[in-house]
Amino acid sequence: MNAPAPAVIGKVSVFGKILVVALFCTMAVACSKKVKEVPPTDTGTTTQPTQEQPPATTGVYGPEDLDTDACLRQRVIYFDFDQDALRPEFQAAMACHAKYLRDRPSSRMSLEGNADERGSREYNVGLGERRGNAVSSALQANGGSGSQITVVSYGEERPTCNESTEDCWAKNRRVEIVYTAK
Amino acid sequence: MIRSLRWLSTLLALVLPFAATAQQQGLEIDIVGGNAAALPIAVVPFAGSAGQTDIAGVIAADLGRSGQFRTLPERDMVERPTTGAEVNYATWRLLKQDFLLVGRVLDAGGQLRVEYELFDVAKQSRLLGEAKIAPASAARDVAHQVADAVYEKILGVRGAFWTRIAYITATGTGRNRHYALMVADSDGFNPQAVVNSSEPLLSPSWSPDGKRIAYVSFDRGSSSIYIQNLTTSGRELIASFRGINGAPNFSPDGSKLAMTLSKSGNPEIYVMDLGSKQLRQITNQFGIDTEPVWSADGQTIYFTSDRGGKPQIYQVSSSGGGATRLTFQGSYNAKATVSRDGKKIATAQGNGNTYRIALFDRGLGGRWTTLSPGSLDESPSFAPNASMLLYAAKEGGRSVLYTVSADGRVRARLAVPNANVQEPAWGPYRQQR
Repeated sequence: MNAPAPAVIGKVSVFGKILVVALFCTMAVACSKKVKEVPPTDTGTTTQPTQEQPPATTGVYGPEDLDTDACLRQRVIYFDFDQDALRPEFQAAMACHAKYLRDRPSSRMSLEGNADERGSREYNVGLGERRGNAVSSALQANGGSGSQITVVSYGEERPTCNESTEDCWAKNRRVEIVYTAK
Repeated sequence: MIRSLRWLSTLLALVLPFAATAQQQGLEIDIVGGNAAALPIAVVPFAGSAGQTDIAGVIAADLGRSGQFRTLPERDMVERPTTGAEVNYATWRLLKQDFLLVGRVLDAGGQLRVEYELFDVAKQSRLLGEAKIAPASAARDVAHQVADAVYEKILGVRGAFWTRIAYITATGTGRNRHYALMVADSDGFNPQAVVNSSEPLLSPSWSPDGKRIAYVSFDRGSSSIYIQNLTTSGRELIASFRGINGAPNFSPDGSKLAMTLSKSGNPEIYVMDLGSKQLRQITNQFGIDTEPVWSADGQTIYFTSDRGGKPQIYQVSSSGGGATRLTFQGSYNAKATVSRDGKKIATAQGNGNTYRIALFDRGLGGRWTTLSPGSLDESPSFAPNASMLLYAAKEGGRSVLYTVSADGRVRARLAVPNANVQEPAWGPYRQQR
């Protein structure tokens, strides 16, 4: 069941636009600050930046970026039905949140795993935890420290959408990134 | 055709009076479907008064809900005997009744004295004759006990009407969300809040003596397991490990609690000795293992696992070891409930987007029956005699409870206005034998 969350796709494209602008700004600031620049992995991105490119490879994040940085503002990760595999469109978010954790060693985050209403409640608690763990693993693979991350599962008990429709279920199958210390 | 119409009108007549009385208590009961093989019984209104309680009405509703009996509508009762001496067998034979229950409520020094007699119409013989004395406040308890006695006398199976049920209600939205662990009579009457919380509550499980309920609360931010004592109102924190603390289930002797913990990094089944609080890990397998349920002899634990891909029901020795898969029909089977004799296992079974309660009868060479018609049905729970189950269904955007007879033919809805009712658990017999 490949049910994407339409609302998110809409947001991503808006984010994408902000991201491009944000990226140029950060690069300008980065140059003037003479921060060590990480060479881009994809050579094509220097001329044509895309939304996939992690903007966080330049500069150091501060708490204010959580409200302003388009990538860091993306704090809900959506999943396919009965799946805990991270969808490719969330790789950029993983990279920038992992960088934030690296940049701010005192920061802490809680990953709140959720499931849609179908199936048994306790199994869904397990599924929510598995999704939280998938996000935790992705953050750690991107250099975040496991000691900064806690995973909590609410199963199907905290829906954001209450109708029994595919659209609603897609919105509820999610992990929310909550910074408990910025 | 005429037959079926008559049957329909009988059914309506049967349902309407109960629906009316039930509504006054904030509860809706409607009986859906019928069982042609059900035994016809006339429960004649009892003489005397038990205050607000219509004793015969409660008994008739119990028997009707079980799916094993078809009760005669009151308006068809051309005679209203209240003692054996007044019974005219020919009348009841003409009305095609197999059984007849009559009785009277007397005053016994401020208490109720309920006398009842059960007759076999064909044999023209009295099967039961008994008197019960109880405070007026226990009138419904007495009625459920009479229904139990009638059920057992005729069917040879212990009745389970005088039992209680537990369930979770969720009301309000957003910050005003309120959860309660409720306990009520088996027919949904006399609901009492046992635990209140602003955070989700889950998975109530009765102790075998009916005095305690284990449950899951999110009041500490993540899931924890508590045991609530119904007698003292005290509660004890049982498990609050890192990760999931879920799906508690009492062992048949009440000394142990099976549960799901993910403190190892993966949800596994554990058994805690409630005296020493010592934990024993039962499963150790990649995948989600959860929803443990004990067999009546305490030797086996049934549980949900997705080790094979999708969730299915497995069984394992309660001391650990290898697990065996039990369910092979349906792409999804979870939250098993098991009859005392271990022969019947009901699950929330998923096929595509449809989740229904399905019953697997191992005694008949492994036959499945679908018991519910909904699309998001969950949380089946057997009555202690396995003649009925409780489950939760989603209707019009909210969750309601149903009882369904084990043959799936008769369902009754127990709904609480303005609340989601979920996670039902049928309690044990109230008197040990």
